[in-house]
Amino acid sequence: MAHAVVVRDVRKRFGAVQALAGVSLEVPRGEFFGLLGPNGAGKTTLISALGGLAIADSGRLEVMGHDVQGDYRAARRALGIVPQEVVFDPFFTVRETLEIQSGYFGLRRNGAWIDELLERLALASKADANMRSLSGGMKRRVMVAQALVHRPPVIVLDEPTAGVDVELRQTLWSFIRGLNEAGHTVVLTTHYLEEAQQLCSRIAMMKEGRIVALDTTARLLAAFSERVLRVKLERGALPAPLAERATRDAAGWWRFPIADMAHVEQALASLREAGAVLASLEVAEPELEQVFVRIMHREEPAARP
Amino acid sequence: MTGFPTLLYKEVLRFWKVGFQTVAAPVLSALLYLVVFGHALAAHVQAFPGVSYAQFLVPGLAMMAMLQNAFANSSSSIIQSKITGNIVFILLAPIAPAEIFAAYLLAAVARGIAVGLGVFVATLWIVPVPVEHPLWAFAFAAVGSALLAALGIIAGIWSEKFDQLAAFQNFLVMPLTFLAGVFYSVRSLPPFWQSVSRLNPFFYAVDGFRYGFFGQSDVAPWASIAFASGAFAALSWLALHLLRRGYKLRH
Repeated sequence: MAHAVVVRDVRKRFGAVQALAGVSLEVPRGEFFGLLGPNGAGKTTLISALGGLAIADSGRLEVMGHDVQGDYRAARRALGIVPQEVVFDPFFTVRETLEIQSGYFGLRRNGAWIDELLERLALASKADANMRSLSGGMKRRVMVAQALVHRPPVIVLDEPTAGVDVELRQTLWSFIRGLNEAGHTVVLTTHYLEEAQQLCSRIAMMKEGRIVALDTTARLLAAFSERVLRVKLERGALPAPLAERATRDAAGWWRFPIADMAHVEQALASLREAGAVLASLEVAEPELEQVFVRIMHREEPAARP
Repeated sequence: MTGFPTLLYKEVLRFWKVGFQTVAAPVLSALLYLVVFGHALAAHVQAFPGVSYAQFLVPGLAMMAMLQNAFANSSSSIIQSKITGNIVFILLAPIAPAEIFAAYLLAAVARGIAVGLGVFVATLWIVPVPVEHPLWAFAFAAVGSALLAALGIIAGIWSEKFDQLAAFQNFLVMPLTFLAGVFYSVRSLPPFWQSVSRLNPFFYAVDGFRYGFFGQSDVAPWASIAFASGAFAALSWLALHLLRRGYKLRH
């Protein structure tokens, strides 16, 4: 089995809401995988089903080849989930929390790895502080450490950076990226599409309990977003060949899709020939945000991956 | 190696860290009951020959405290974890339902017995009582605490809010403990209420526990241990069933 995570036709209904309406996807080992979608798309339900926090009505979920129901012990040992909500046990200190979490996974002497986690997540000075006394960002870092105490080959982060300051975000990502480079598979959900674009090599987009797009980040960007030249004119008008391909936004910017810099040169040359004078100009790179908006607003039925 | 010993350790540490509330406070209430009721009723009640009313009260109060605290321990731990959300850390771990059950159960029994011992030791100064059959006393302490610990697990899983759990406590656990013959011998009741009392599993825990001290009881200790153990087995089955299904825990 080459796959870290396998999801096959998973369905889950909560009362009247079909939270997952037949989701299938595979995450190869070592991948940095993004799971994106608006609130209520079913991302967290899918993650919960993977971790056994929710029980799928039908379908099959595997972590490192282990069925999450039938072989739940092996599946859970292979999985480290950082839940979306900040939760903690107010009875314990940071170190106690991590020692207890290690024990749940059958690890007795885990002190060296706990120390390393505390160090890497900038929590060493808080090791003996009670969980209650920690700031929100620190509690979240403890949750990351809790998910990693058993060195799981598969790490799932459910919106780990929601409401987290920039510096911590950087620390967290460099740490997670390091783990990914060391061979851990990472599955990430986030609303920060820039983060997903930078980190994830492949992305699934979900909407209303279904996967509506699933491809490498590069192919999604190529298919649904483009590099554009944006110009604002001081004087003059667009020459006809350019105007055919251009769109104009409310602020008066013209946008032309361009493939490469040669296109930019040509566009500028034809503008000059037409006697137009530029007020402003910029080149915008493809953005996942644009991909996301286009996919979410597509009306046609869900694309089959 | 499994998560069971850790979960048990965590659950014991949880009440021990706040032992003033979870152990010392119930011991104090039991002492107050003893002093107040023992004084007020001493002249009116004679349950067993050769046993003063205050002495009669001690095992009953100790058992009542054990029952209530065993219930409080498992139920409040589970509902707090559910409401604050930190139960996910247990649910995400490779711990079998039976291990979760056993850990919550044994921690609650430990608290019950700690409180029971506390009551017994504290009352030694006020009203010394004999211990005729220590093994019986211990067996009933264990089974009584386990019975309520299992009930507490069910209540904690079933309740979604603290007031639902409080209803469980106020409308089931409190009446059943008060009507279990803690303050009186059920023989002093009219026949109808005697039969009703015998439907209450808590009664067997109190009565059998008292046998361990005085060698006298309303019901034979073997019958009491059988009833109490039967009730414990039934509640354990239900609690395990709920845990296996993930009822109200795994959605």
